[in-house]
Amino acid sequence: MGVALTRAAQWTAAGSGTGTLEITPLNESLLNEIIKFAETFSSKHPQEAAFVFKEPLEWQTKLEPSAFEAGYEVSEKTAQSQERDKDGQPLLLLKGSTISIRSFGQLSYLLYTAGKKRLKEAQACLEANRDPIVKILGPGYGTIEGEDLSMLRLLDKIKKEDASDNEIKMKISLLLQQLDMQLLNSSLKQISQEVRLTPAAVKNEVELLKHFSGPMEDAVLESLEYISDYEFSNGCRAPPWRQVHGEICYLTIKPRDADVMYVTCSTAGVFLNGGRSNERDDIDYERRSDIYKDLVTFLRERSAAFIENMAKQKYTFFDEPKYEKHYQHMEAVEADEYAQAPKFYDYAEKNVFEKPKSPLVKSKPPDSKKLEPSLKWKTTPGSREGKAAKKHVFDEKEDKHATPESKKRSSATPTTSLKSKPPPKIEDVSESSSESEEEDEQPERHQEINTDLPSEYWQIQKLVKYIKAGNQTATVIALCSMRDFNLSQETCQLAIRDVGGLEVLINLLDTEEIKCKIGSLKILKEISQNAQIRRTIADLGGLQIMVKILDSLDQDLKCLAAETIANVARFKRARRTVRQHGGIKRLVGLLDCSASPTQLPGKEIEVARCGALALWSCSKSARNKEAIRKAGGIPLLAQLLKSPHSNMLIPVVGTLQECASEPSYRLAIKHEKMIENLVKNLNSDKEELQMHCASAIFKCAEDQETRDLVRQHGGLKPLATLVANSGNKELLAAVTGAIWKCAISKENVTKFREYKAIEALVGLLTDQPEEVLVNVVGALGECCQEQANRSIIRRCGGIPPLVALLTGTNQALLVNVTKAVGSCATEPENMMIIDRLDGVRLLWSLLKNPHPDVQASAAWAICPCIENAKDAGEMVRSFVGGLELIVNLLKSDSKEVLASVCAAITNIAKDEENLAVITDHGVVPLLSKLANTNNDKLRRHLAEAISRCCMWGSNRIGFGDTKAVAPLVRYLKSSDPEVHRATAQALYQLSEDPNNCITMHENGVVKLLLGMAGSTDETLQEAAAGCIANIRRLALATEKAKYG
Amino acid sequence: MNRKKLQKLAESLCKSAKHFNRFEVECLIKLFNNLDVEPSDRHAVVGLDRNSFRNILHVTFGMTDDMIMDRVFRAFDKDNDSCVGVTEWVEGLSIFLRGTLEEKMKYCFEVYDLNGDGYISREEMFHMLKNSLLKQPSEEDPDEGIKDLVEITLKKMDYDHDGKVSFVDFEKAVRDENLLLEAFGPCLPDMKCRMSFESQAFQDAPDL
Repeated sequence: MGVALTRAAQWTAAGSGTGTLEITPLNESLLNEIIKFAETFSSKHPQEAAFVFKEPLEWQTKLEPSAFEAGYEVSEKTAQSQERDKDGQPLLLLKGSTISIRSFGQLSYLLYTAGKKRLKEAQACLEANRDPIVKILGPGYGTIEGEDLSMLRLLDKIKKEDASDNEIKMKISLLLQQLDMQLLNSSLKQISQEVRLTPAAVKNEVELLKHFSGPMEDAVLESLEYISDYEFSNGCRAPPWRQVHGEICYLTIKPRDADVMYVTCSTAGVFLNGGRSNERDDIDYERRSDIYKDLVTFLRERSAAFIENMAKQKYTFFDEPKYEKHYQHMEAVEADEYAQAPKFYDYAEKNVFEKPKSPLVKSKPPDSKKLEPSLKWKTTPGSREGKAAKKHVFDEKEDKHATPESKKRSSATPTTSLKSKPPPKIEDVSESSSESEEEDEQPERHQEINTDLPSEYWQIQKLVKYIKAGNQTATVIALCSMRDFNLSQETCQLAIRDVGGLEVLINLLDTEEIKCKIGSLKILKEISQNAQIRRTIADLGGLQIMVKILDSLDQDLKCLAAETIANVARFKRARRTVRQHGGIKRLVGLLDCSASPTQLPGKEIEVARCGALALWSCSKSARNKEAIRKAGGIPLLAQLLKSPHSNMLIPVVGTLQECASEPSYRLAIKHEKMIENLVKNLNSDKEELQMHCASAIFKCAEDQETRDLVRQHGGLKPLATLVANSGNKELLAAVTGAIWKCAISKENVTKFREYKAIEALVGLLTDQPEEVLVNVVGALGECCQEQANRSIIRRCGGIPPLVALLTGTNQALLVNVTKAVGSCATEPENMMIIDRLDGVRLLWSLLKNPHPDVQASAAWAICPCIENAKDAGEMVRSFVGGLELIVNLLKSDSKEVLASVCAAITNIAKDEENLAVITDHGVVPLLSKLANTNNDKLRRHLAEAISRCCMWGSNRIGFGDTKAVAPLVRYLKSSDPEVHRATAQALYQLSEDPNNCITMHENGVVKLLLGMAGSTDETLQEAAAGCIANIRRLALATEKAKYG
Repeated sequence: MNRKKLQKLAESLCKSAKHFNRFEVECLIKLFNNLDVEPSDRHAVVGLDRNSFRNILHVTFGMTDDMIMDRVFRAFDKDNDSCVGVTEWVEGLSIFLRGTLEEKMKYCFEVYDLNGDGYISREEMFHMLKNSLLKQPSEEDPDEGIKDLVEITLKKMDYDHDGKVSFVDFEKAVRDENLLLEAFGPCLPDMKCRMSFESQAFQDAPDL
């Protein structure tokens, strides 16, 4: 009884002195057990019942003396038993409100007398006598935590004295101990049934209930609010000094049919607190109600409307598609599992039927379930051999399996169990539906594993145990043994994670033991190939430790850490972590081979290689690129680029090509003379290296100087060779990209023609992935700028595949294809082929493409087509709605589209009939609207278009009316001679109309044109002169009219 | 010992302990002389007895396992006279501090082969590993884990499946996985101890 009372009973935290027993279900059941024991004592053990206590049990009673009847001497204030001990003292004495009892017989009688108050009496008795055994048997029998030797002592005594008194004492002591055991057992049962709420569970429940709260008629609650909006990082909302009592958060709940309730959610459960009278007051934290296992149960007790509306909710609940989906999914998994493991079915089903009987047993949250196997393993004795171990394994499998399943079953059969126990179901749904997608995936995975755990799982679990429990020697052996598993296999990777191996491995990194660190990193390096493992390593703070290890003196250790970082840092958050913990600087430090002259050169190169590998992974984030540059990585990379080892070069060039997306790196690559080395490595025999070099060149060759450098270092030939001979698609994509960018320079195009690259490119126009096609077509587009190449393409049969590509959808590809087709179309012979293949119609239809780049590119391509096609006017008219379409593009926002469309209109307007049509479509006002622009390219093409459109009907007057003339005059002030020429021509056309002449004159055109008339450009000269002539003629005519 | 004799000794040791240069050998001889190596009455020979050698291993190289330290002493004490003489000292340290992988493998195998029969047997492994696991009160048989660990080690190292590890097995296993060099307990100095010992021993010119 003593042990049970001190350990299991829940005393209030009142501090020192006499505490009081709280009224909790646990204490109540303890007390009831004790009462039962004491009441039946006198009948069961009459001899022992007469035994007189060493000291009386004394406490304050609520019983009146009058309650005692026969066998007692009762006066007004006192009552004493007639039964007396040897010294004549009464065995029961009641004086005022103090009662003292000296035998079990009297104790049983008292409890019998107390009737319904017995619980109170027993409580008072135990509160006053914290260790009743001492009082009953004497101080030698006090409850001592741990070993209890009182029995032995007593036995000795009996032997010595052989007194009957001692024998009785012995018996009583045994009886009491028996009771103690009984009490402990029952309290254990109680405790194990006890609810442990977690912040996450409470949050889920509150969120869920909030969904169904509101002013609506059928809402389950009117409102449900947290008292505090602040959430601590552990998920609690209670202030820290209350969190130590296990309290999680406080809620105000307004049920539909009751007043506002103030509720505390604690780890022990949910109960009513004292609330607060106004906003500013502190909450009265005292418990005012029973403890319920969760909010729903609590509310079901407190609000009838809640139960009622809850039942109504049920159906709408499952109608929602989100839940529906989930539910179906669950069922599918379940069916699957049944098929695989039919023998678990019975067990699971039994579990379901048991469930209503013990509503207090709450299904544990998934996390704890996950840990179950390893915990269990720890508590069960060591490793067993043979059958014993197997059986153990099987047991674990079974109950692990059954728990999720029973849970699922309850949610999978909503109709049958609906009325009987709705609350647990809501829980299930809330738990699973509020989980994020990422989390969702993982438990599911876990379940999959559960269905058939491979033997590796248990072996790995054992090794992890040895790593945990072993010293460094055992740890190294276990680590080496773990490496013998096929760590590239997902089952092994996940097994290590699931048995808590990652935590252990990462912990090892934090020790001083170099060998353990090396062993651990060797494993981490392998298993971090797995994306889930990578995330877990990052979550466990592994990156921070590995970054620290980079400072180590041991070269092997540095290498392994860097390699593991290279693997882990494949996602954004990890890369950020590496940067934020100074990893970039350290990794860049590893690149510096000259830093440690004492080390073997071989090792140093290995360290630098690993550093480069890690930087390569990290360099996928823009911020990290910047950090690498700031840490002085570029010169070091340039240094390493001179290395002859291809396994070193791959990560170095990989990093460089990744970083070359930044202009600062492109500049540095040029200035650090890295192009030479990149070009040199194009001749490597490693395809991967060639690929990275080519793609670095691809990114850098946007720059004229770089393109020249590539040529000067002889890079064009290997590119041409590669493009002709390689079957590797990735390599092809990079190489053709490099060719494309290099071909922007005319000199390079000439070289490419020499190396027969164009033929090779044409060969790649079919059966290639889009990444390759984009670059191939881009390169051809650049090459087509030269007439000779256009013929080559035609001769190689490149035009039909190009035209065929016009039907594609990839935007980048379309831009390049239209450009290439447009360039080809400048050759009349090519144009014939394009026309035959109906290429112009395809180009025209691309004007409908939503993307402005494609629109513009198509419109540019249309220009040479119209110029070079035979019977172009007829062709254009044959496109139904085509002219209207192109005129409407003049409403675009993109300057490039506008310029290209103006150019196309210029060409279209060469055909008079078409000009008439576009005039009808309102081309004049649309062009005039564009007149106020500063973009020289647009100005030029706009002026050309205007000058063409003047050729029809009253368009000249139209332009004048829509105020296009004055802005055009201003174009003459532009610095672009092309603009001057086009504008002068337009003005010349416009000046045929007298009103326009007046406008021009007013805007000071004469002076500007006089300057233009002195130009060396004949067309400009002529147009300017013509315009001036028109103006002059008008002036003369006016004078004539005035004075003549 | 007179100066000439010492010079000669250093000369010859230079050749046998090939990882040290002349200067370093002289430093080590000096260090040896400075250690308390008075010829004890019991032994006629001059040198470090078991206890003082173990003391050095413990204090300077941070070794803790008594059994391993004994074995290290045995490995140093080539002539088996229970005393490490100056030659044994310098030659032993040559491997101990700077040995190649081959030398270290030989040395470690010698340390672990407790009875010197050329094999590391199950029993020897058990003996060396018996303190390597934290005892868990819940375990029925506390040795169960150790036995299992021995089996794991055998599985890893016993290539010819004869139930014991020969030097050939050991060599193969270590070449495959360097971490297994000190598989049965630390018997070589770690880098920190080594560097601090070397920097201390070789800091100034010996005064022979």
